[in-house]
Amino acid sequence: MNFAARVNSLHKEYFLKGETVRALRGVTFDIPEGDYVAIMGPSGSGKSTLLNVLGCLDRPTRGSLFLGESDVSRMDDDDLSRMRAAKIGFVFQSYNLIQQLTVLENIEVPLAYCRRLNAAGRQRCRELAEMVGLGDRLKHRPYQLSGGQQQRVAIARSLINDPYFILADEPTGNLDSKTTDEILSLFQELHEQGKTIILVTHEDEVASHTKRIIRLFDGEIAVDTALDGTSDTLLI
Amino acid sequence: MIRIFSELAIGIKSLMLKPMQSSLTILGIFIGVASVIWLLAIGEGISDEAQKQIADLGATNIIIRTKKPSTQVTSENSGPMPYGVTREDREKVLRIPTVKDVIQIREFQRTLFFRDNRLDGRIVGCTPKYADLTHLEVERGRFLEDADLISAKTFCVIAEKVAERLFGYEDPIGRSIYLPDFEDYYTIVGVMKHREATGGIGGSLSGQVFENDMYIPITTLRRRIGDLDRIARAGTFSRDYVQLSQITVIVDDLNNVFSTYDHIMETLKAHAEMEDLAIVVPKELLDQAKRTKTMFMAFMAMIAGVSLVVGGIGIMNIMLATVTERTREIGVRRALGARQRDIIRQFLVETVALSTMGGITGVLGGLICPYVINALRFIIKTQSFSDNFFQITDLPEILQKMEPQIVDYSIPLAFGISVIVGILFGVYPAMRAAQMDPIEALRHE
Repeated sequence: MNFAARVNSLHKEYFLKGETVRALRGVTFDIPEGDYVAIMGPSGSGKSTLLNVLGCLDRPTRGSLFLGESDVSRMDDDDLSRMRAAKIGFVFQSYNLIQQLTVLENIEVPLAYCRRLNAAGRQRCRELAEMVGLGDRLKHRPYQLSGGQQQRVAIARSLINDPYFILADEPTGNLDSKTTDEILSLFQELHEQGKTIILVTHEDEVASHTKRIIRLFDGEIAVDTALDGTSDTLLI
Repeated sequence: MIRIFSELAIGIKSLMLKPMQSSLTILGIFIGVASVIWLLAIGEGISDEAQKQIADLGATNIIIRTKKPSTQVTSENSGPMPYGVTREDREKVLRIPTVKDVIQIREFQRTLFFRDNRLDGRIVGCTPKYADLTHLEVERGRFLEDADLISAKTFCVIAEKVAERLFGYEDPIGRSIYLPDFEDYYTIVGVMKHREATGGIGGSLSGQVFENDMYIPITTLRRRIGDLDRIARAGTFSRDYVQLSQITVIVDDLNNVFSTYDHIMETLKAHAEMEDLAIVVPKELLDQAKRTKTMFMAFMAMIAGVSLVVGGIGIMNIMLATVTERTREIGVRRALGARQRDIIRQFLVETVALSTMGGITGVLGGLICPYVINALRFIIKTQSFSDNFFQITDLPEILQKMEPQIVDYSIPLAFGISVIVGILFGVYPAMRAAQMDPIEALRHE
C-alpha cells in the first residue's frame, strides 16, 4: 500500500507571552493514497496547527512526517517550499486567488514555482479548468467570478502538480448551501478519480461527505474512524 | 529567459492595479533622470560657449591692451603722460624667436559724418592682417591693402551698420566720411559684413563691439591724427597720449604660448610699475575654462543625483506600503511553493520595472532639453509682455547664446543609474516581504 502521508508522534510547542503552549501532543496516523479524510475538533484542539504542519508551512518540534518517501520534519525553508509547490495542493476558505491574474494564470502559479511552466503545462492547466467547469472563463479575473467559481479555480490550482494530497481548510465556509453541495460533489468526483483529500472542517454536515473522520481534542487524537471500524478506510 | 518576461508581465500587471501610485513613483525617477541629462546638457552648452568665445580670441594669441593707469594726472600745465603699448614695444616683441607676428591697432572714439548723417563710431587704425585676426568678412569692395599703408592713403573700410546708418540705400563705395576734428575726408573702399560682438571674457578683456567700426590704415592715422587723443565730452576734458591701443601677439606653436608669455613679460617689464597694460592669454583662460567645466559638471551631476536619490526613496516608500497591502498574497504564494528568493525576485522585478520606466521617460524628457530651452528663449524674446516684465537681454549673455548639448554618456549613465536605484531601494522592501511568516501572512486581513 502507498501512503500519501504518515504522521508519527507529532509534537508541536510554541511560546506565547512567556508560556509554552503544547498544541500537538503526540499525534500519530497514516493516510493511504486515495483516502478522503475530515479533520475535526473544537478551537484550541490543534486542528490549525496540524493543518500547517501537514501543509509544510510549519515544522514539528518532535516526531516525524513522511510525505511520500521523504521525512519533511527536518527540512529547511527552501526544501519545504519545494514540497509545497510540487506535492501539496492547498484549498483555502477564502479561495485566495491572486487578484491581478486571470483564471488560467492562477492555475499556473504552482507550476511556475516548480519551474515547469511550458506549453505542456499550460495545456494541463486548460484541461483542469475544463474539468472543474470553467473552461470558458480562462481569461476572467477573480473579481468577475462567484464564490463557488473561485473555489473551483482554487481546486484546479491545487491539482496542477499532481500532489500527494489536497489540503482543504474549511473549503465551503464562505459558500451558500447550494454551492457547498456543488463543491462537495466536486470533491467526491476527485475522490472517485483516486485523489487523496484531507479536509479540515468544524461542520458535521460537511464531514459526513468524507470517508473517514479524525477528531482532535487538546492536541491529541480523540477519534479516528479508521481505527474503530466505523469508516471504509482500510489500514493494513 | 522566457521566465523573466512572464515575471515582468505579472509585475507590470500588479503595478497597474494602482496606476496613480505607480505613476507618481515613476514621476520621481523621471525627474531625477531628466534633470541629470538637462543639467549636464546645459553645463556642456555653457562651457562650450565660454570656450568658443575664448577660442575666438585665438588660442595661440597673447593680447596686450593699453589700459589707462588710475594714477594718471592730467593737467594743462604739465601735459599728458604717454602710456600704453609703444611701437618700440612691438619691435622688441617681434624679435622674440617664438613670435610669428604682432598685429597692432590704435582706436579712437569719434563721431562720423556724411552729409546730414552722423554716427558715434570707433575709428580703428590697423593693418590688412586685422581682418583675418578678428574674422571679419568683406561684404562689398575690399579691406585695407599693404599699398594703402605704404602710401598712407586716406582710405577707409566701414562696418555694415555704419554703411546703413550713414548712407541708407546708397552704395557707400567711393563716397567719403568726414571727421571734423581732423578736418579729414576718408574715401570708402569697402564694407565689412556684420560681426557679432564678443562676450566679455574673464581677465581684463571687455567685450568688443564691431558694428560701429571704421578701419583706416594705421600709418595714415599716425600721420594725420597722431598719438594724442583730445576728447572734450560733456564738460570733461581728457588727453590720452597713446601710441598703440592693442597688440595681438601670434605665437608660432600652442606649446610655446606660456614660455612666450614669460618672455614678453620680461621684455615689457618697464611697464610693470605704470600698470598701463592688460595682458590676456586666451590659452590660459581656455585651460582654466576646461578645469572649471569639470568641476561644474561634477557639481551639476551631484545635484541631479540628489533628486535621483529622492526618487529612490519614493520607490522604497511605495514598495513598503505595497508589501504591507499584499501580505495575504505573499502568504498565498508561499503556501503555493514560493521560496523566499522567489518573493524577493517578484518585488525586485516590480521596483526595477518602476525605475526603468522612470528612466526611459526621463531620457525622453532629457532629450527635449534643447528644444524647450530654445522655445523658452523665443517666447521671452517675442512676447510683448516681456517688455515690462522680463527681457531676453536681462539674461546673462552666455545664457542667451549657448546651445545645450546632450552629453553622450549622460543617457546611458542616467538610465543605468535609474535601474540601479530600482534595485537598491527595492531590496529592503523585497526582503521584508520574503521574510514574512507564511502562516501569519495567511491570517492577515
